[in-house]
Amino acid sequence: MDISLSHVDYRYQVNTPFERLAIQDVSIDIPSGTYMAIIGHTGSGKSTVLQHLNALLVPSEGVVAIGNREIKAHQKNKNLRQVRQRVGIVFQFPEHQLFEETVEKDIMFGPMNFGVTEAEAKKRALIALKQVGLAEEILEKSPFDLSGGQMRRVAIAGVLAMDPDVLVLDEPTAGLDPRGRKEIMEMFYALHKERQLSTILVTHSMEDAASYADQIVIMQQGKVVKQGTPEEIFSSPADLVRMGLDVPEVVRFQLKLEEKWGTKFEKIFLSIDQLSAAIAKQLGRGVES
Amino acid sequence: METPIVSLNGVTFQYDGQERKALNQVSFDIYDGEWLTIVGHNGSGKSTLAKLLIGLQFPSEGEITVCGIKLNEENIWDIRKKIGMVFQNPDNQFVGTTVQDDVAFGLENMGIPREEMVHRVEDSLKKVNMTQFLHQEPHHLSGGQKQRVAIAGVLALRPAIIILDEATSMLDPRGREEVVETVRALQDEKSLTVISITHDLEEAAKADRMIVMNKGELFREGTPEEIFSMDEQLIQLGLDIPFSVKMAKAFRSAGIPLSKHYLSEEELVTELWTSRSRM
Repeated sequence: MDISLSHVDYRYQVNTPFERLAIQDVSIDIPSGTYMAIIGHTGSGKSTVLQHLNALLVPSEGVVAIGNREIKAHQKNKNLRQVRQRVGIVFQFPEHQLFEETVEKDIMFGPMNFGVTEAEAKKRALIALKQVGLAEEILEKSPFDLSGGQMRRVAIAGVLAMDPDVLVLDEPTAGLDPRGRKEIMEMFYALHKERQLSTILVTHSMEDAASYADQIVIMQQGKVVKQGTPEEIFSSPADLVRMGLDVPEVVRFQLKLEEKWGTKFEKIFLSIDQLSAAIAKQLGRGVES
Repeated sequence: METPIVSLNGVTFQYDGQERKALNQVSFDIYDGEWLTIVGHNGSGKSTLAKLLIGLQFPSEGEITVCGIKLNEENIWDIRKKIGMVFQNPDNQFVGTTVQDDVAFGLENMGIPREEMVHRVEDSLKKVNMTQFLHQEPHHLSGGQKQRVAIAGVLALRPAIIILDEATSMLDPRGREEVVETVRALQDEKSLTVISITHDLEEAAKADRMIVMNKGELFREGTPEEIFSMDEQLIQLGLDIPFSVKMAKAFRSAGIPLSKHYLSEEELVTELWTSRSRM
């Protein structure tokens, strides 16, 4: 399912002294099957954009197209239910939203809310649970007896059980240990491929953006300031640094080395192996000459 | 720095209704003025450790000594004057309506006279570089700024020890750096002991000493250099290895010789520079 934002503005608390323009003239295209990372500081408008992706917010100006549905400013936008079912959002710390008595009921809540029968929801709960790497035994447990990592997975399963075409992830690994982080990111990537989802990842991690995304969007002060493939984005690291954003560790290392050596490599390398090979080559070539 | 300011001796703790012990026979010392980082997978007992140190929970076995006092339910309020804690979520620990009110909150609780209070609020906000925000409301602050206010709130109480329980994990990279820099500056200028609990290995690498927890037990203690030479073992423990170690490994397998096992990023750059200029 294609999603696009064209020239979207969003104002919070319109007609009050607190009125604030959160995003301005934002245009982003997310063709079906894209893995897109949105990067920016706290307050850059990332979360506001994210909430437009399933019409939790309706633009103050501009148009959001979600599949064949258009959501426009200045008009009543009714029957958004179907849109919301197709675009699943995993919010930050989703485990804070668990509330049911059992894991199974919690996962079933979403699909049943969208009119799926109980029997079907049960079936989906089991599938989703397996997708997030949890064992069937915990279906009957209270979600509050689980570890933090398990709770996060249950919450994610609740979104997957709605069988969305688009998955929006807001900092899905915050607070997890490195192993948990890697497992969750790999799981989303596998789902992305397997179910041919569109995935939109809001993250602070340049590493994750560099390793998983096809497209990166950089936001600053409510505007899209850069958009491109990871190679494009990270080949002008100076821009990122100027915006106070990180570059991937491997890029940062290359920059430090280039500064120390006083020379530049032919391009920016996005993996440790590529960079070390390039350095070895440089050192090797030096020996020969 | 060799006097322990905190000692844990055979500390064991089990939550009600849990089969497994959250902490099992944990013993170690924390020295006056050091920056100690505690790392470990989720559920390894790190946060339980922090809760025991400030007496939110009590060990079921073993004992904890803080500044020479053996911690128990009677003296917990004295101990809490010595230890301040900054939690993970910047929004859950902002109690005042403005920055200065928030910092004053703890002081008011302790019945500090107003004059002294005004002085301390200003002084501690200066230390975290937030004086220009005195009258700001919390929603105008970034996560990093809120955490710095939380640190100021702790500093105002003049503790000997500050515990940062994943205090940077909800911040963006800039906020994270702000907080780490603030703590480093504080630790440099006076004898504040810092205990930081974190998943961020780059942050851990800056500490004086590290403790690795695994399944409720102390797995290893040592300098960051010693800990990071554990390599693959760290990954098995659910942790990661810092970038510079990964990079160094790749260099070795690409046939570039390196002098030491663990090198920081800066050291690596220097080393590569030397081997290049030697050519």
